[in-house]
Amino acid sequence: MEEKLILFKNRKRFGIEKNIDVIFKNTTLVLSSLVAIVLFGIILVVFFQSLESFSRYGLNFLVTSEWNPVKDEYGAFTAIYGTLVTSFLSLLITIPVGVGTAIFITEDFVPKFVREIVGSFVELLAAIPSVVLGLWAIFVLEPFFREFFVFLHNFFGWIPLFSSDPTGRNSLLAIIILVVMLLPIVTSIARDSLNQVPKKLRNAAYGIGASRWKTIFSVILPAALSGIMAGILLALGRAMGETMAVTMIIGNSNAFSWSLLSPGYTISSMLANQFGEADGSQVSSLFYAAFVLMILSLLVNIFAQLLVKKFSLKY
Amino acid sequence: MNSLYYQKRLSRNVGDKFFTYLSVFCALISILPLIFLVTYILIKGGAQINADLFILEPNPPGDDLDAGGINPALIGTLVITTIASIIAIPVGVGGGIYLAEYSKGGPFSRFIRFGVNVLAGVPSIIAGVFIYALIVSTKIIFGSMYSGFAGGIALSILMLPTVIKTTDEGLKLVPNELRYASLGIGASMYTTILKITLPSAFRSIATGVLLGIARAAGETAPLIFTALFSYYYITGFGDLFYEMGSLAVLIYNFALEPYDAQNKLAWAASFILVMSILSVNIFSRILAAFTEKTKRI
Repeated sequence: MEEKLILFKNRKRFGIEKNIDVIFKNTTLVLSSLVAIVLFGIILVVFFQSLESFSRYGLNFLVTSEWNPVKDEYGAFTAIYGTLVTSFLSLLITIPVGVGTAIFITEDFVPKFVREIVGSFVELLAAIPSVVLGLWAIFVLEPFFREFFVFLHNFFGWIPLFSSDPTGRNSLLAIIILVVMLLPIVTSIARDSLNQVPKKLRNAAYGIGASRWKTIFSVILPAALSGIMAGILLALGRAMGETMAVTMIIGNSNAFSWSLLSPGYTISSMLANQFGEADGSQVSSLFYAAFVLMILSLLVNIFAQLLVKKFSLKY
Repeated sequence: MNSLYYQKRLSRNVGDKFFTYLSVFCALISILPLIFLVTYILIKGGAQINADLFILEPNPPGDDLDAGGINPALIGTLVITTIASIIAIPVGVGGGIYLAEYSKGGPFSRFIRFGVNVLAGVPSIIAGVFIYALIVSTKIIFGSMYSGFAGGIALSILMLPTVIKTTDEGLKLVPNELRYASLGIGASMYTTILKITLPSAFRSIATGVLLGIARAAGETAPLIFTALFSYYYITGFGDLFYEMGSLAVLIYNFALEPYDAQNKLAWAASFILVMSILSVNIFSRILAAFTEKTKRI
């Protein structure tokens, strides 16, 4: 009994305890600021390392495709073009499939447990390391699509995108593997924003006689559009920065070609390939390319953040 | 009267059917890659699993028929991921505590949350480039260039946003009544956080951190020019400051070798990597579902 009474006695906090409280708060403050420090650190370090190359080639670096360590001539046009083409084309395929899957998961065509299984399969796909996807692409996808690429070239060769003889590893395979990597991102974000659309809207549309898909296209998708757009932008950022799977399957050639059936290059695959062995001004040029990649993905990401903030659902 | 019945041939019904099948088709496309991939890895990688794999060093690529094992890479992945966790978890949890408990939604915390999201979107190879410039090329750590330690730091940059985000969100879910009760009986802020809020958010934070670690274990791009690769056993603490192999880089290097023996080793490494990552994912999914159920009661 006596012991308990002591517990309830008035007790002043010791000075040391107050200090610990303040120290704890400030420690967490410093730790959270580390995020900003790392972020700015990355931007500054990559920028300063690329200065040498930047002052030598200026913006010409972005539009020439010469990459010759022997003559010390560098231009990253092929890689920049490859980055943009592979990410945009893969996104073009991913958007309808991903949103379609998200609709499948949020509608009730099939019993709930089936939808949950599909949903978790898609999320597990996101957990597969990209280097394993690359391995799979080299040994399974490439032989699988070989005939199809020959067919593409024979029948659609007049389109510049398919104008070259298909080679073992090429940009189109990189696009296909990117689609596999982007699907989980687009699907899970689209699913979340579709789930947030209030039931009232759907019931109102059904009530005035709209069919299911009329409701989806005219009411539910527009209501979820901002979230889906943000997901698409995040996927775009991911596609531009994706390294391993693309490096393993794109063929890594700096020779510029319009054709998707010939080997290509992306900024990240160029970095992965050359960074380890580079020296002299090549390093600085690689940093310049890395800086371009970083600016591209930062812009896309910041834009996605703003979009989410500005157009978040207002129901 | 007829119009009250479902008419199959009505254009809206035909259209609806079409789109329904289309979305089922989309869902099939989305799950097929995972099924194919996992089956292939089970068959191709599972066939390579034997005791030697876990014990031996990999042989350098060549005409050797026997590729050896992946012991150094397996240990290397564990070591590098551990280093990354040791750095990222305290920093991330601490930062998350500040965001959720101390900041009152002011401009600073909004800026940091924004920064967390942006950092999460930084391409993983950029983290490698950054650490290369900061640590590898400057030889700042005991004069060592490529090292497992540098690789661990690069990975921690990728883990940091995940850990902060899950801590922040996990703490936000803790009901305010708990905090008021603790503060009301005279506990200081740090006692409240360490003894009350953090333990009650522990499960959701642990799930998120676990997923972050699993993701980091499979990352390759930040390691290829920070930790590089090594064929030799990791024997002691000093090896931290030398080149270190990892499963992910082993897969990358050996997938591109022209020799069948090395390719098989890459499949075996993928099997181990994918199985451990998938089991962590499934385990944390079950844990999360379990938490949700207990909360509802």
